[in-house]
Amino acid sequence: MFHIVDKRQLSEAVFEMGVEAPAIARKAKAGQFLMLRVDENGERIPLTFSDWSAEEGLIRFIFMRVGKTTHKLSHLEAGDSLADVVGPLGVPTHVEGLGRVAVVGGGVGAAVAYPVARAMAEAGNDVTVILGARNADLLILEDEFRKLPLRELVVCTDDGSAGRKDLVTAPLKELCESGVLDHAMAIGPVIMMKFCAATTKEFGVPTTVSLNPIMVDGTGMCGACRVTVGGETKFGCVDGPDFDGHLVDFEELMSRQRVYVDDERLADAEYSRECTCHT
Amino acid sequence: MSHIETPGGEKPRHKPSRAPRTPMPERPAAERARDFDEVNLGYTDEQAKAEADRCLQCKNPTCIDGCPVNIDIKSFIRHIIDGEYADGVAVLKERNALPAVCGRVCPQEEQCEVECVLAKKGESVAIGRLERWLGDRDLSCELDERCKPEVGEDTGYRIAVVGSGPAGLACAGELRRFGHATTVFESLHALGGVLTYGIPGFRLPKAIVQTEIEMLGVMGVEFVTDVVVGATYTVDELMTEQGYDAVFVGNGAGLPVFLGIPGENLNGVYSANEFLTRVNLMRGNEFPTADTPVWRGRKVAVIGGGNVAMDSARTAQRLGAEEILLVYRRSEEEMPARKEEVHHAREEGIEFKMLCSPSEIVGHDGWVTGLIATRMELGEPDESGRRAPTCVLGSEFTIDCDTVIVAVGTRANPLLTKTTPDLELTKRGYVVADEHGATSKPGVFAGGDIVTGSATVILAMGAGKRAAKAIDQWLTALPR
Ligand SMILES: Cc1cc2nc3c(=O)[nH]c(=O)nc-3n(C[C@H](O)[C@H](O)[C@H](O)COP(=O)(O)OP(=O)(O)OC[C@H]3O[C@@H](n4cnc5c(N)ncnc54)[C@H](O)[C@@H]3O)c2cc1C
Ligand SMILES: Cc1cc2nc3c(=O)[nH]c(=O)nc-3n(C[C@H](O)[C@H](O)[C@H](O)COP(=O)(O)OP(=O)(O)OC[C@H]3O[C@@H](n4cnc5c(N)ncnc54)[C@H](O)[C@@H]3O)c2cc1C
Ligand code: SF4
Ligand code: SF4
Ligand code: FES
Repeated sequence: MFHIVDKRQLSEAVFEMGVEAPAIARKAKAGQFLMLRVDENGERIPLTFSDWSAEEGLIRFIFMRVGKTTHKLSHLEAGDSLADVVGPLGVPTHVEGLGRVAVVGGGVGAAVAYPVARAMAEAGNDVTVILGARNADLLILEDEFRKLPLRELVVCTDDGSAGRKDLVTAPLKELCESGVLDHAMAIGPVIMMKFCAATTKEFGVPTTVSLNPIMVDGTGMCGACRVTVGGETKFGCVDGPDFDGHLVDFEELMSRQRVYVDDERLADAEYSRECTCHT
Repeated sequence: MSHIETPGGEKPRHKPSRAPRTPMPERPAAERARDFDEVNLGYTDEQAKAEADRCLQCKNPTCIDGCPVNIDIKSFIRHIIDGEYADGVAVLKERNALPAVCGRVCPQEEQCEVECVLAKKGESVAIGRLERWLGDRDLSCELDERCKPEVGEDTGYRIAVVGSGPAGLACAGELRRFGHATTVFESLHALGGVLTYGIPGFRLPKAIVQTEIEMLGVMGVEFVTDVVVGATYTVDELMTEQGYDAVFVGNGAGLPVFLGIPGENLNGVYSANEFLTRVNLMRGNEFPTADTPVWRGRKVAVIGGGNVAMDSARTAQRLGAEEILLVYRRSEEEMPARKEEVHHAREEGIEFKMLCSPSEIVGHDGWVTGLIATRMELGEPDESGRRAPTCVLGSEFTIDCDTVIVAVGTRANPLLTKTTPDLELTKRGYVVADEHGATSKPGVFAGGDIVTGSATVILAMGAGKRAAKAIDQWLTALPR
């Protein structure tokens, strides 16, 4: 059992949780993830570390409520516990010697972008963060990003309710055009990563994306997380989750994420009937 | 019958019965193919006694040589004959920590039973079934009345065992008998390795596995789930900061192999590992009560011819598939699956397409719609003695299906080994270990599928047990 130490709500459907997991906290690095199971009937789902502290034996993650598991998770509070937490999994994000970098975080991808941007800044890179969300209410972690030693934080919303009224690809393109960018990193919905990679490709700016295929074990034993990169099949959980955005087959990834949509709808609908919260 | 001898000098001579081999009671195919309950029901007490009575109690019990862990078969059968069941269990446990498991899944017909003197007449004693019966008898007792192997006096040494499959479990149990403090680290949330996530409940009920493991807990083995060695701790960290004196690596060969043919990443294509894990470990068959979904195909093609392929096909059947086709490259004689499983699969309505090699998976809108295969013919026998299949030109055809399950084998998972740089590996990434389980790294021992590649439960257990002995000797030789 893993004890939940704290929990806070960041936006309507986004939450942050701190969990006691000393063995994992010692080892976590930016870009790595954990697998968790809420209870004995639970599915194993991957979530990225948003923060960790070896001293306190604590890990943190930020999740968006999108289906049954994250819904169940959103009902747990400090003092409750999780059946299982495993990690740290995946290859840490490469943060050293990148030079001038743009880190794009879209939606809940901002949660993953946060530790990555922090690690990149700490490693001495010159970091610009582009944060995107559909509207101001869905924008998360803006204050936390502001505290990082960044060159600049650019906020974009689809409706202009916060920051620029733009897609994240617009400021990314401007940076590419100015010719100063050495590297880009995009984390968010697949479609956003796809367009970010397309944007930078034109300018030959190397771009890393953090992929989120469906996973079961997270350790390389099932192959559920297969992604095609440069024509080769890779396992997202052990070869990734970071890959060269210019080589990823995003269409396949989007298609593979939809395998269980009907089941997922059913599961969440059944759960929501019993559960008293809104959604 | 000159080879009958009075065992132990004291017991009366056993007069063997001449009855034919007692068949295993099983549930009818039509009934069992719709649920996940066990197919074989196990002998009744009378059947077990009748079968044990068939044993000749040979002076030279060749059966024992056929068992990879050399269980004293003659003796445990004698105990059944004499109604001394607890003694019989003790004989089994002397060599085998999980008799109720091995009695079910061991390829007995190629091991102990083939060496039984009665096998020549095609009627060997049903050793495996008797082992299962005795094992089950033990499991049905209250925990404190079960056979508990004696635990050695505390030595002060601490050993870490990586992986809770048969190799790790056997090693851990044996280490306790030597008196070493033993911790098993398992990456998944449940113990048992392939016994839990791979072999389906209709062959090996999950409760049996967990109850067998319970006894190891009583013996003082400590189990820690949710630890991936190589990620949470490295082997070196276990031996330094975590203070373990030795490490046994029994992490199996769990990395699924795909065919590398076009279309393998379409929706509806599963590795057997994923498919079986979703059902056995995550209980996908109970979705949505259990949260993990599994895609339930109507027309399923399973590629492969081993136990894993049989298990996948029969699991798909139980999830409600209407048609299941097993596609295998060679002919039926070459199928590595146990005969009993092939027979059961056939009875349950699985169709076999032999001598067919898949070349492409085709789809529409991201989903599988068919499997293209080529007919094969058998050529000359290769080094392994199996006749190599070759393509028949122009014989391509398409099998309509909405699901493809790839069950063509597994490889070593590099997660642990790549973080243990001084551990010597084979070209294919398996750990190099001598016959006692010692690796190139002092204090690190290994056994089971991670050394041999995918093999059997009993071989993995034998390796775990041998390694425990080697660990004990290594520790004893250490300067204190
Ligand atoms: C490496 C990695 C890191 C991730 N990090 C985060 C994070 O930091 N914060 C966050 O909110 N989300 C993250 N995700 C996505 C998160 O795992 C899914 O949102 C979650 O599994 C949804 O589960 P559910 O039962 O609530 O929803 P469901 O209704 O089951 O699924 C909703 C959608 O989530 C995806 N999904 C479902 N099950 C899984 C699964 N087992 N593995 C992966 N994806 C699945 C599918 O695309 C599905 O359509 C990450 C995913 C990956 C692969
Ligand atoms: C579907 C299927 C059916 C089979 N049927 C039969 C049969 O009928 N008869 C038979 O004799 N054999 C059968 N086998 C083969 C048999 O199950 C294996 O040979 C045997 O389980 C190998 O044992 P092991 O202990 O070496 O590895 P495993 O059983 O694979 O156990 C390894 C364990 O280590 C864990 N692990 C892996 N990496 C790590 C890590 N880094 N850190 C911590 N833990 C880790 C795994 O999660 C797993 O629990 C079958 C196999 C499969 C897949
Ligand atoms: S362990 Fe396997 S081979 Fe040995 S006696 Fe039992 S069934 Fe036979
Ligand atoms: S099992 Fe077979 S070989 Fe073994 S003692 Fe009995 S009759 Fe002899
Ligand atoms: S999640 Fe199972 S192999 Fe990646």
